Amino acid sequence: MPTVSVKRDLLFEALGQTYTDEEFDELCFEFGLELDEITSEKDIISREQGDDKAKGASDVVLYKIDVPANRYDLLCLEGLVRGLQVFKEKSDAPLYKRVSPADGAEPQRLVITEETQSVRPHAVAAVLRNIKFTQERYDSFIELQEKLHQNICRKRTLVAIGTHDLDTISGPFTYTAKAPSDIRFKPLSQSKEFTAAELMTHYKTDSHLRHYLHIIENEPLYPVIYDSNGVVLSMPPIINGDHSKISLNTKNVFIECTATDLTKAKITLDMMVTMFSEYCQEPFTVEAAEVVCPDGRELAYRTETLSGEFINKKVGINESAESIAQLLTRMCLRSEVTGEPNQIQVEIPPTRSDVIHACDIMEDAAIAYGFNNIVQSTPQTYTVANQFPLNKLTELLRQDIAAAGFTEALTFALCSKEDIADKLRKNIKKTKAVHIANPKTAEFQVARTCLLPGLLKTIAANRKMPLPLKLFEISDVVLKDETKDVGACNNRRLCAVFYNKSPGFEVIHGLLDRIMQLLDIKPGSENGYHIQAAEDSTFFPGRCAEIFLAGKSIGHLGVLHPDVISQFELTMPCSAIDLNIEPFL
Amino acid sequence: MADSGLLDSVLRLLEKAEDGVDSQDVSAGLGVDHQLIVGAVKSLQALGEVISAEQRSSKHWELTAEGCEIAEQGSHEARVFTAKMASGKVGFSKAMSNKWIRVDKAHEGGPRVFRSVESIEDMVRDKLQLVQKGQWDRLEEKDKNELKKRKLLAEVTVKSYWIMKGSSFSTTITKQETELTPEMIASGSWKEKKFKPYNFSALGVAPDCGHLHPLMKVRTQFRQIFLEMGFTEMPTNNFIESSFWNFDSLFQPQQHPARDQHDTFFISDPALAHEFPQDYLERVKKVHSEGGYGSQGYKYDWKVEEAQKNLLRTHTTAVSARMLYKLAQQETFTPVKYFSIDRVFRNETLDATHLAEFHQIEGVVADYDLTLGNLMGILHQFFTKLGITKLRFKPAFNPYTEPSMEIFSYHEGLKKWVEVGNSGVFRPEMLLPMGLPEGVTVIAWGLSLERPTMIKYGINNIRELVGHKVNLQMVYDSPICRLDS
Repeated sequence: MPTVSVKRDLLFEALGQTYTDEEFDELCFEFGLELDEITSEKDIISREQGDDKAKGASDVVLYKIDVPANRYDLLCLEGLVRGLQVFKEKSDAPLYKRVSPADGAEPQRLVITEETQSVRPHAVAAVLRNIKFTQERYDSFIELQEKLHQNICRKRTLVAIGTHDLDTISGPFTYTAKAPSDIRFKPLSQSKEFTAAELMTHYKTDSHLRHYLHIIENEPLYPVIYDSNGVVLSMPPIINGDHSKISLNTKNVFIECTATDLTKAKITLDMMVTMFSEYCQEPFTVEAAEVVCPDGRELAYRTETLSGEFINKKVGINESAESIAQLLTRMCLRSEVTGEPNQIQVEIPPTRSDVIHACDIMEDAAIAYGFNNIVQSTPQTYTVANQFPLNKLTELLRQDIAAAGFTEALTFALCSKEDIADKLRKNIKKTKAVHIANPKTAEFQVARTCLLPGLLKTIAANRKMPLPLKLFEISDVVLKDETKDVGACNNRRLCAVFYNKSPGFEVIHGLLDRIMQLLDIKPGSENGYHIQAAEDSTFFPGRCAEIFLAGKSIGHLGVLHPDVISQFELTMPCSAIDLNIEPFL
Repeated sequence: MADSGLLDSVLRLLEKAEDGVDSQDVSAGLGVDHQLIVGAVKSLQALGEVISAEQRSSKHWELTAEGCEIAEQGSHEARVFTAKMASGKVGFSKAMSNKWIRVDKAHEGGPRVFRSVESIEDMVRDKLQLVQKGQWDRLEEKDKNELKKRKLLAEVTVKSYWIMKGSSFSTTITKQETELTPEMIASGSWKEKKFKPYNFSALGVAPDCGHLHPLMKVRTQFRQIFLEMGFTEMPTNNFIESSFWNFDSLFQPQQHPARDQHDTFFISDPALAHEFPQDYLERVKKVHSEGGYGSQGYKYDWKVEEAQKNLLRTHTTAVSARMLYKLAQQETFTPVKYFSIDRVFRNETLDATHLAEFHQIEGVVADYDLTLGNLMGILHQFFTKLGITKLRFKPAFNPYTEPSMEIFSYHEGLKKWVEVGNSGVFRPEMLLPMGLPEGVTVIAWGLSLERPTMIKYGINNIRELVGHKVNLQMVYDSPICRLDS
């Protein structure tokens, strides 16, 4: 969930009202935002770097507000204020207009060449005319770019935004891709020219930009945008040129978005221009740039028609179509009742890319109505409860094994390869283990194939406890299984260990007999259970037996091999039982 | 038990002493070692209110062995003077400093010692004799210290008991029995016997038993609640899931951050799922890339390769999706209420409250015409069973539910609203491609099992609860789980 930090006083000024922290928190809650933290720059620095560093930093109160991940239109002060003002019915939702350049001039053109197709094939662009920046607006403009880059643009992989002072460059612009050594320009905030290849090396150590290098690093051609005089505007998604950089004095802003996902590029561009067109001489107007290889969806409004009954039925309220239209209008979805009875026409503005279905509109009606104002009722759905048989068996067995003197452990389903193989004197290749592709540490290399390592680690962590230690766990292990759609399946196992100064095979053997008694299975090799001497590298030679149920092997019990004991950093003899309980269903 | 003869003697002495006696005096009077008297006092105390005794301590001065010798034979220096003793070094120098003797080094035939005074007064001996008579009070502090330094005197602390008659004092004692025996029951002798009182403030012996894990105890209670509410348990015994069921079927787009390497554990072996319901997969692909069912879709290039990728399920909702798909394949739709409580996995940064695996509790209801008001109604019933009655709902975002609501409850301790779960109505883009009838609404909610358990059992670090680093003593000591109290 993205967090937007805004200056409190600036926010209240824009809202035309001051709130107490509690009142503002309440407003956020209703609207689906969260006032996460009240802080200041000084607080943040002093918390992160110590009081010394914080000296002289601003102590202007900041509100940190959590915004739902799909509401890109609330990622800056401008958007937040607009959303809340309309919600509070203090202003109408603005109508965003796409305009042509004044005096019949040709629109700016951005030509996309063939070369971009393999690396970053899409681009869209627009112009904000006669904008007036102040320091605050400028900061918010930069901040919104960064927020969009981190969220919808997926750290610039899907979309990258470039903003330029249009008066320093001249169109038409060309979006192309070239070999790194053929691109040469002075990047933003640098004093000399670099080739693209040099830049990539230069930014290796840049704490911010190095995270984006991988996006194009291994491509033969890098994306680049030129103006008609060969001036480099930007080398997306890494850096803009210094030549066209915007400043507080910039009047006309050229905004381009290059992308691997065209839909997201359009959404991103729409967000940038709708949020800041407020500061244009003619507010909320945006001059479209013509993109050769075009698609005309930018700043598109869409209308949906739905019935008041649909909303009432889904939310569980009973409102007139007129009042629902009013609720929706408060959510920046201008709505009106059409000629048809009970039909509402809803206009979805370009800022609301999250509205893709009637259910999204229904949610906005419910939010405006107030979730907590909806009358709660119990559905009449009649059903009979059933337990999942395997879980039912597990629940019953757990109770009785605890009654037999064993304490329940709860261990991780993920572990290291070593835990299930080397430490148990087994070969990892023969374990049927499911391997994890991207573990951050060795603790998450595989899904466990048996419960024993977890129990032994539990004992190792509790060596100070009085002996004997008697532990058990009934839980799932994971094994590769070709017959399943995903190629793996869970297997419910019962494992118990007895750790004491003497091995206590008879204790573990007694537990097996007790379990069989609980399951009403008699000793015997025909239809009952029996154990039979077996060799298993985890166990001490001659001290291991295989457990059979009606002639089929279902597990092992025995005294653990001394090497296994020491591998798990234990010092006492230990006996164990490991049993598949699924055959008892 | 001290020798009963001694106990009798002590009691007889006490009978005559109205205000009580000191155990030291008893020891002196009976000519018995003081330690034995102390033993007798303890035995008598154990008999109940026969006697009462309070401990006292007193200090007195005593002569050391050397001091005794001097009190008898005179100080070293006096003995040097009277020449009863060969010239000891101590006595000699003392006698010299007292100017009782002199040495004539120039005497012919070697140095010789002569008396320099006619007679002496042996003060040291006199003082020691005073102490011997118990009259150490007559000595000055300075003298006592001087003699103590010369190791002739020692200060001794004596512990004793002041013994008095108790409320049930008697000179005859009956031996108290510790326990009732089968013989006493058979002979009836228990009627005459007195029994030693029990110490009821001591703890009993811990029973020899096993224990259930607290998290599992809480799981049992949550299962119970769902069963009481008529919910059927879903088979969640499949930790490995395909991206298709975990994400795509839930209408979660393929570039969604949750599908990042940073958030999800992907599987390298077996890396891909190989079997999907083909026609359903096509419908899912279409709704993502082009829309349909009244939806705009996400308008991107949906790739089956992405859907095939195996992972450790990030939520049990993957199982709910499988169950709802199965339900949609029924000839006629029947309403269902499902629940599950099982492990899910996130490749997240670990801290005191987050692990890479945790248990998700999930409830799902599918029926015609369910409303948002119904969802809140069920949540109220569910949380009331947990002892939580004050709820409110905040709009939220979740890729597969719309509307989505975060559930907050008022925490009396923290005096604020805290999030206790997440809920919502499954999107039509998820349900309709499965083949569920148009009018069917599916509402669902979820929460973690660990958080309520940590609150219930007052555990701050999740590692003390889940995993091998568990504190077994905590498991042994944890009470039963009643969620509504």
